[in-house]
Amino acid sequence: MADLTFDPKDVAQLSPSLVDGRPSLHDVTEAVSIHTEIETHRNWYIALAISGSVTLLLGSMLAYLVATGIGVWGNNNPVGWGWDITNFVFWIGIGHAGTLISAILFLFRQKWRTSINRFAEAMTLFAVACAGIYPLVHVGRPWRAYWLFPIPNADLNMWQNFRSPLLWDVFAVSTYATVSALFWYVGLIPDLATIRDRATTKLRHTIYGIASLGWRGSATHWKNYEKAYMILAGLSTPLVLSVHTIVSFDFAVSIIPGWHTTIFPPYFVAGAIFSGFAMVITLMVIARWVFKVEHLVTITHLENMNKVILATGTIVGYAYATEFFIAWYSGNPYEMYTFVNRAMGPYAWAYWTMVSCNVISPQFFWFKKLRTSIPFMFVLSIFVNIGMWFERFVIIATSLHRDFLPSSWGYFRPTIVDILTFFGTFGLFITLFVFFTRFLPIIAVSEVKGMMIQAEHEKHYLPATTGSTEPVKVH
Amino acid sequence: MIQIEGIGNQTGKKFWRSLNELSSTPKFRQWLGQEFSEDVTDLLDSGSRRRFMQIMAASMGLAGLTACRRPVEKILPFSKGVEGLVHGAPQHYASVMSLGGQAHGVVVEAIDGRPIKIEGNKNHRLSNGAANVWAQSSVLNLYDPDRSQKVIEKGKESTWEAFQVAFKGMSLADGEELRVLSGAVVSPTLAGLRAGLIAKYPKAKWVEYEPVNEDESLAGTELAFGDRLRPQFDLSKADVVVSLDSDFLQLDNPGLNVIREFARRRKAVDSMVPAGHATPHKTAAHGEEHKSEPKAEHKESAPPAAGETPAAPVGPGINRLYVVESNFTLTGAQADHRLRLRASDVSSFAADLAREISALPQGLKILGQSDKFLSVVAKDLLAHKGRAIVIAGPRQPARVHALAALMNQVLGNIGETVSYTRPTAAASGAGIVALAKEMAAGQIKTLVVLGSNPVYSAPADLDFGAKYKSVPTTIQLSSELDETALASTWHLPESHYLESWGDAVSSDGTVSLQQPLIEPIFKTRSAIEVAALLAGTASPKGYDLVKSQSKLAEPAWRQGLHDGIVAGTQASAIKAVANAKAVEAAIVAAPKPAPGLEVTFFPSASSYDGRFANNAWLQEAPEPMTKVVWDNAALVSPKTARELKLEDGAVLSIERRGRKVEAPVMIQPGHADNSVTLTLGYGRSKVGRVGTGIGYNAYALRTSDAMGIATGVTVTKVARTYTLVTTQEHHDQAGRPVVREASVAAYKEEPAFASHEDAHVELFQLFDSYDYSKGNQWGMVVDLQSCIGCNACLVACQSENNIPVVGRDQVSRGREMHWIRLDRYFTGGEEDAQVVYQPMACQQCENAPCESVCPVAATVHSPEGLNDMAYNRCVGTRYCANNCPYKVRRFNYYNWHKDIEEVSKMVFNPDVTVRMRGVMEKCNYCVQRVQEVKIAHKVAGRTPIQDGDVLTACQQTCPAEAITFGNINDPNSAVAKLKNNNRNYTLLHELNIKPRTTYLAKVRNPNPELA
Repeated sequence: MADLTFDPKDVAQLSPSLVDGRPSLHDVTEAVSIHTEIETHRNWYIALAISGSVTLLLGSMLAYLVATGIGVWGNNNPVGWGWDITNFVFWIGIGHAGTLISAILFLFRQKWRTSINRFAEAMTLFAVACAGIYPLVHVGRPWRAYWLFPIPNADLNMWQNFRSPLLWDVFAVSTYATVSALFWYVGLIPDLATIRDRATTKLRHTIYGIASLGWRGSATHWKNYEKAYMILAGLSTPLVLSVHTIVSFDFAVSIIPGWHTTIFPPYFVAGAIFSGFAMVITLMVIARWVFKVEHLVTITHLENMNKVILATGTIVGYAYATEFFIAWYSGNPYEMYTFVNRAMGPYAWAYWTMVSCNVISPQFFWFKKLRTSIPFMFVLSIFVNIGMWFERFVIIATSLHRDFLPSSWGYFRPTIVDILTFFGTFGLFITLFVFFTRFLPIIAVSEVKGMMIQAEHEKHYLPATTGSTEPVKVH
Repeated sequence: MIQIEGIGNQTGKKFWRSLNELSSTPKFRQWLGQEFSEDVTDLLDSGSRRRFMQIMAASMGLAGLTACRRPVEKILPFSKGVEGLVHGAPQHYASVMSLGGQAHGVVVEAIDGRPIKIEGNKNHRLSNGAANVWAQSSVLNLYDPDRSQKVIEKGKESTWEAFQVAFKGMSLADGEELRVLSGAVVSPTLAGLRAGLIAKYPKAKWVEYEPVNEDESLAGTELAFGDRLRPQFDLSKADVVVSLDSDFLQLDNPGLNVIREFARRRKAVDSMVPAGHATPHKTAAHGEEHKSEPKAEHKESAPPAAGETPAAPVGPGINRLYVVESNFTLTGAQADHRLRLRASDVSSFAADLAREISALPQGLKILGQSDKFLSVVAKDLLAHKGRAIVIAGPRQPARVHALAALMNQVLGNIGETVSYTRPTAAASGAGIVALAKEMAAGQIKTLVVLGSNPVYSAPADLDFGAKYKSVPTTIQLSSELDETALASTWHLPESHYLESWGDAVSSDGTVSLQQPLIEPIFKTRSAIEVAALLAGTASPKGYDLVKSQSKLAEPAWRQGLHDGIVAGTQASAIKAVANAKAVEAAIVAAPKPAPGLEVTFFPSASSYDGRFANNAWLQEAPEPMTKVVWDNAALVSPKTARELKLEDGAVLSIERRGRKVEAPVMIQPGHADNSVTLTLGYGRSKVGRVGTGIGYNAYALRTSDAMGIATGVTVTKVARTYTLVTTQEHHDQAGRPVVREASVAAYKEEPAFASHEDAHVELFQLFDSYDYSKGNQWGMVVDLQSCIGCNACLVACQSENNIPVVGRDQVSRGREMHWIRLDRYFTGGEEDAQVVYQPMACQQCENAPCESVCPVAATVHSPEGLNDMAYNRCVGTRYCANNCPYKVRRFNYYNWHKDIEEVSKMVFNPDVTVRMRGVMEKCNYCVQRVQEVKIAHKVAGRTPIQDGDVLTACQQTCPAEAITFGNINDPNSAVAKLKNNNRNYTLLHELNIKPRTTYLAKVRNPNPELA
């Protein structure tokens, strides 16, 4: 017979509070909006100066590349793709967490997403911006890169080759970028209106006024907004799966051993979510401390993300094992060689770095203590990001450097330009974040408030603080 | 005599350009110098090689404007028209290239008056339509910006006129103090002028010197026959070939005919089994597999056709090659049995072999080792009397050549597989030794050097450079500002053979005529013009000299020019009888080879003796065995390397009699122990921007008494290391059926062994194939049985298709651009290693993996089965290259043609696009040649293209006839027949990409007794 006695603990478990310390609605607005309103902090300028310089470095590297040729990178024959596509896939993968949090978790009513989704979506956009650089500049003649788009032009006078995965990539990534931007922007509208309403200067009022598209917070607005948000979430959901599936087709559709495998789509998607969540952790740990929103982005949020990291990391590890099994089971000598070569060949160091970071390190998250330790998760998230970068590098470089005919085998070494370009993309990424944190609310204020109203209702019989069963005084 | 009126020449009427000039102030003279002439010191002191390579792709650069330099009366604008000249249409002229003591008959393709491509002359017996790497590359030398362009007197620019005046002023008297040094005189005209010079200066002497020569061979025949004779090989009749340290297929090649004859006998293995039936999937062109199956059934049920009956083997069958050598040469790579032996031990082996076949008395036991090998070779030779041949290499001392002659005589080979003719040239190391002595004694006042570079290439013990400088007047004619030019009183710029008249006698005696295709680009003159000037001949014009020397009347002269050869001039064989006693005496008298380390000197497969050092095509052509580019290495065996604690890239200091060379080591499987192979032709201290300072100079160790093999060397490992750049880093096939090979026995048992090595997988295709059963369907077959890996195709392709040179640094980054590569794989252990070659270019797959992945459809299939590249459409994603299982696509990582000047582009083939940076390129079966022939046939009224009408550049030049190209839809075409050959197989068949290029597997003919 079930025990039907009402216990506050059960309710806490069923519907945990997502905000610490019981701030008022106004407190939340203040906490989030204040960063866009106060006088610019000196540290912000310092941050911008540093990240901006690195972005300029990226710009100069790209200018040098375009002016000189792909030869400034380490790419060669047989390794036609090196760090360029590695970094492209790496950044695209980072973006996936944002979409997953905004769309899939939204549809699954995972309420804990509310305080991190804005941040994660911004990360998606900025990561896609970083990723988008590579396909454009990695081509030999970047001034002709627009030929990849099916736009009528006198130069080409013909259709693109729709059999090419690179063309699918063009559609997948551009759709992804568009939908992500729209989704992010639609979510921003109520918050932009809040800032507009709090504006003290004409200029702010005008700019945020235009950006908030005349939002008045009327019931009709909310109704339309919710619908639009739901539709966009619905549109984004398949994109989470499709983008990285298509990116994986760049490899899977080829005939190169190590690339030509059917496991790639799920394996890439899992890897993308894995790396994306790790990146969110890395950034969130810093941001919640810098902007003092620890009460809005709580340990619970971080812990939930760590659980996702654990799950996807394990899937990725399983995929690595499956690849090896299939290589052996297929009986294909080229396939077998490629995988043995990955683990024991000249790039074994990269392979084992990848395995250590991606498969072994997330297993620590089985322990709640580690899962909820901020320093630990910060370090581990960086490990995961390193590991996932190496995963792409291992897939690309080790498969290409030794394929069918031993006579053509080679080795890839990055040049300083490769390294500085990649470093520069971090500059761009951070710079965009620096601007984001200065001018836009980093947490979805309206959504967080929605969660709080629920909490307000529950306060009559529940202690508001998560994890505590001590009775609290009600104001 | 021509007198240029004006500046610097005070004879004749004085003209002036300005008042400044009239006043002739120092300032004006300075201005004049700056304005109209490049500072000579600039020419002598060029920038760094690497910088240059970055800027210029093919070491072509500043060449003068030909139009400006041509004599005014010959200029005709295209609008006026030259009779018979079609703008843009290629014209072909026969000519001849002299190299060392040899002459290569060539046909030169010129477009709009500029020579762009060298091919072999079909009429010339030795070249037979093929050309080697040096002939192919020679066209690049013509447009070399670093060529010597001006007369230089003591480092200052001068003129031909000034030289002529100065020469007239030299008191040569009876010529007692005059010496002329030249390379081997293979030109009858030059020989005639030499006679004229000697007549004018009776006490003068003319010395011939070639650093790579046939001294020992001639001395050997003198020892054996009492007469200096040159052996002529006929390998078509030889069933058993024994090479005693002779790389007769490459570095010691006496003529490309030898390669062709050898290769034909290798391919004759086909006659040893019944003709092949193509396995259905082998004929890639005919769409789906099942379509051809009924045909095969039909074949079986029908009464066997005449040629298809499994009859007894017809024809001579495959030959058998035994090679005894120290270095692993291309000849060694073809060997059925190879004995690696220190070069100085080869003479003992030769003596033992001669004893074994009873050419020498039985008591003479010299070496006593390798008994099994020795007796088997001897037995095989004896079993093939009159159908065998023994060939000795030029590094071996005279007695080995004498032994070879003696063995050939005892075996009855003379008159069958080998004959002897009298050589024309007499280049000899002895001449330059005597010359050095005279120089040291101060007996020479005037030394004229014609087209040689003795300061660089003379034996080290002569200290030629210092002695040369001590001669009061030295005059050097050379096409480069080389080491000797720097030391000369007068340096005269020499014309390229494509710019001047001349003639040459080939090693078989055939006289060939050399006709220019272009006026000299710079103010240069040929050797015969200068010799005529020295001899005071009335008409020093090349044309007159050559024509009068040839003594040909008008129709015969024109015919000779047309054919490139003068008919009926081939030397006839001389009846020679070897004196066994004399040879035996020499053997007995010969000192026992000293134990320990020895050094052997080989010419370079790229720069030859150094004269091609500034040729970027050759520098970038990988050395065939080591695949090293832009360098020469010191080769040692793995065992010796272990003993000396060497690894690849270690630098070895090699010392002999106080002379020292530091060379980077490359460990060569199959190399003889206790032997170091050094390559000549590198370490040039003064040459153009391409060749200066690369590699080590092996001449520094080469003394006049040890031109081939030097014993008594000591080696030490130097602390520094040096990375040798190679184009292929993996030597084995990783257990994959890449190059398929069998022994004759296995082949007889299973003729289609090669296709049976395919993975047994069910091939599945998602989409219907394009119907390739109509029209011309181009395909290629490469016969691995005959490919010797000599690089001729690679350079021919580079020349034909405007392939850029990228330089050492870029090759080290894996960015070489060659469309065809010669994959070399080692088989067997490190000591008994064997080598196979596989030319690898785009395979023109019908299901091309590159095509489906290109997002902009820049690489697409033609209805004739070619995998076309649309360079204009390519954006350079490199996905195609990644997805190419053969990795034959080449990407322009930089603009390799950056900053190239207008006039430097003269070497480019105008029929082929020069690719910009950022686009992909690759072999396209010389589509421009295909189109040219198609257009010609269309113009002629849509006549069908016959087999052999279209030749790809690689196919055309291949001396071994390893490449066959044609229409696979024509069952009578050579290529279609070869696709039905037993040995035919498709590389990476299991990928179902249906390549149009297939390979014929290699069959070796090992002696069962040595198994």
